[in-house]
Amino acid sequence: MTRVSCDCDVLVVGGGNAALCAAIAARRAGASVLLLEAAPKALRGGNARHSRNMRIMHDAPTAWVRGCYPAEDYHADLRRVAEAADEGLTGLFVDASAGVVDWLSGNGVRFHGGTDEVLPYSRKTAFFLGGGKALVNALYATAERLGVAIRYDSTVHAMHLRDGSRAVTVGTPPVTIRARALVVASGGFQADRDWMRRQWGGVADCFTIRGTPHATGIPLKALLEEGAEPVGAADRCHMVAVDGRSPPFDGGIVTRLDGIVHGIVVDRDGWRFADEGAVVGSRRYTAWGELVAGCPGAVAFSIFDGVIGERFRPSIFPVVRADSIGALASTLGIAPPALEATVAAFNAAITDGGATVGLHPPKTQLAVPIALPPFGAYPVRVGVTSTCLGVRVDGRARVLRKDGMEVEGVYAAGVVMAPNILGSGYLAGSAMTVGAVFGRIAGREAAVHARR
Amino acid sequence: MPGADETQRIAADARRALDICNACQFCGGYCAVFRALKARRQVSAADLAFLSNLCHNCRSCYHACQYAPPHAFDLNLPKSLSLVRQQTYRDHVWPPWFRGRLPCAGWPAVAVMVAIALSALMLVGLPALILIPPDLLFGRHLGPGAFYRLVPWEAIAGGAGALTLWSLLAVGFSVASFWHSMGPMPAGAALLPALRDALYDAASLRNLGGGGAGCNDRDERFSRSRRRFHHALFYGVVLCFAATAVATVYDHALAWQAPYPVLSLPVLLGGLGGTGILVGTMGLARLKLRADPGPLAPSLTASDCALLALLFLVAVSGLGLLALRETAAMGPLLLVHLGLVLGWFATLPYSKFLHAPFRFAALLRAAMERRHRAPQVGRGQGKSGRGSSGA
Repeated sequence: MTRVSCDCDVLVVGGGNAALCAAIAARRAGASVLLLEAAPKALRGGNARHSRNMRIMHDAPTAWVRGCYPAEDYHADLRRVAEAADEGLTGLFVDASAGVVDWLSGNGVRFHGGTDEVLPYSRKTAFFLGGGKALVNALYATAERLGVAIRYDSTVHAMHLRDGSRAVTVGTPPVTIRARALVVASGGFQADRDWMRRQWGGVADCFTIRGTPHATGIPLKALLEEGAEPVGAADRCHMVAVDGRSPPFDGGIVTRLDGIVHGIVVDRDGWRFADEGAVVGSRRYTAWGELVAGCPGAVAFSIFDGVIGERFRPSIFPVVRADSIGALASTLGIAPPALEATVAAFNAAITDGGATVGLHPPKTQLAVPIALPPFGAYPVRVGVTSTCLGVRVDGRARVLRKDGMEVEGVYAAGVVMAPNILGSGYLAGSAMTVGAVFGRIAGREAAVHARR
Repeated sequence: MPGADETQRIAADARRALDICNACQFCGGYCAVFRALKARRQVSAADLAFLSNLCHNCRSCYHACQYAPPHAFDLNLPKSLSLVRQQTYRDHVWPPWFRGRLPCAGWPAVAVMVAIALSALMLVGLPALILIPPDLLFGRHLGPGAFYRLVPWEAIAGGAGALTLWSLLAVGFSVASFWHSMGPMPAGAALLPALRDALYDAASLRNLGGGGAGCNDRDERFSRSRRRFHHALFYGVVLCFAATAVATVYDHALAWQAPYPVLSLPVLLGGLGGTGILVGTMGLARLKLRADPGPLAPSLTASDCALLALLFLVAVSGLGLLALRETAAMGPLLLVHLGLVLGWFATLPYSKFLHAPFRFAALLRAAMERRHRAPQVGRGQGKSGRGSSGA
């Protein structure tokens, strides 16, 4: 390890939404700030590049969000997905979420107007104009304008936290950077195949990672080794159902499969394994991600016919087509008799009400016969958004040890601490809000610590 | 000239890009392209013609795109659409014999344009040089009718009239052919309100606003430069037409012959218009040449700039004529200016100028669809709640 002194007040590890909010907040609080983004400039921004909106509390309509989303509703929605969350932190988070759109707007991020007819009705979330990469671009531009030093291609290899030191080793050749305060905002560990395999077994190799390949969890692991208290669950992920042909990383939103609930879903042996009609709202993506993760080989197939195939948006990948169920099965690598039996049994069990009777598992909604050729199919795999293991923080975003004492001068923001709020659950648009709220707190607190 | 394979590759690439955009829809707030795209389940060849001409090439979607190169999807919508758009100009060129025979892009396209413009210049210049005695051509001419002593009004009106008529006919047939290529219009859509919307969109360049803060004219930063320079150019041309119209009225109805005094309406309108063209063409060319090359199709830059260069020369020669009309330079300048104006008119059906009427047609179609669509929701999408989730 070469020892090059490159001191700064606040060192931000990470380059996504939380990291940028932290860097900007710290800089605005008067600290000298260095931000380390593992990705090259063209692919900067972590998973925030693939995000779209933020869930925010508001008591009345704003320029960006319709209706109102009172704190009680936000709490209720969070409680539904995250039972084990920290009540105190959650209260602080929900209250702070109300100011986050204004703060981001003040830092150059643009949002859709709340009455924009392009968007689906949403009283809960504000949408970024142009999506997450536009947000990322705006925040980088602001950070640069304010004088935050930014280093791309800067994967952190090691963190040095022993005896109150705060330093990281970065890049090739390795350089060690010391800071007065450290903000860790480097996401989860979903891009570390070995770690994923330890938690999930061999099926982890079949998962695609929807976001950045740089979320390898090195800083998270270093914090845990340093005695930080883990929160959330190492063996849980936020996952959705994606087209099985998606790229291994960075597929983002467009690889989601829209039409799963309209047809039937079978595993690689040709058997149905869940009620396709159980969840038809926006949570269907998440529901099917988890279901497919439990299948042999973590793979499944969405099957439909010529009529059903017109009812949803096609995948961006070509549909697998055949004129008979048997031929479709052969193309998919499923034993034809098994799929033929599954489809026949499904068709026979459908009643007029669009549900099945006497079938296990049933299809309780949207059940129509799969009868008219050409038959179609998409392979379905698991798309991992992020892992659900984090470190405990307090209301000042300080990283806490198991004994309740803070790791001095070390702060955390974003997915690396989101399980404090979300547990191992998922609530659309809330992870980005966690990043912005705690990024802002972490940056501000780190600046105060550094200048003490 | 692109072969059939190249044409198909360009179309397939644009369709792939639009399919990905339709699955993402993060850019929905940027411009009319994404609104129109959202209403389509799949993109047909007719849709490709429509959407490519609806695109104003503001490039905001490129800089906001998480799939832009170096991503594996290599998504570059502005570039893909500009290549398709360029082909639509050639697909509908008139007379039909030219279709597939005119070059779309690169220096061959520039050569065609220069050849047409030069021919028109010669059409004015050669007879004048042969017929006008040098002492007349290089003499000083003052007072009403000075221009016509050199080039008779009948010659200007006759020659220019015939060429202009040809050009306008050719453009008209091209636009009609393009209009049909976009597929059947939405049944029952009210044309007049849509026309009003489209006129507003065209006059305000609403779609060059990037949803509010401006466009990515040069790079990932937002700016309104391109919109402003385009306004300068467009309204400059409009003012020059107005100047010509007023002068025609002066000449015919009131028997006041050109040249007109500096503080007369034709000169004021023309001077302002010419300045607008000068500022607009220089600004647009500068932006084009300094822009981030990522979202641009380099094969189109030269032909785009050729149109700007020709307009620039028209404006410069016109303003030069205004400045030097009482000197011996008036004669040659008048010939050059008339030749360039005629050249510009002659190139209209075969240059990037076609983007103006084609874009207007696409804006009109988009407005008709918007007014038609309002109560409708795509089948099967009602329940999906697409987009409300950030999953």
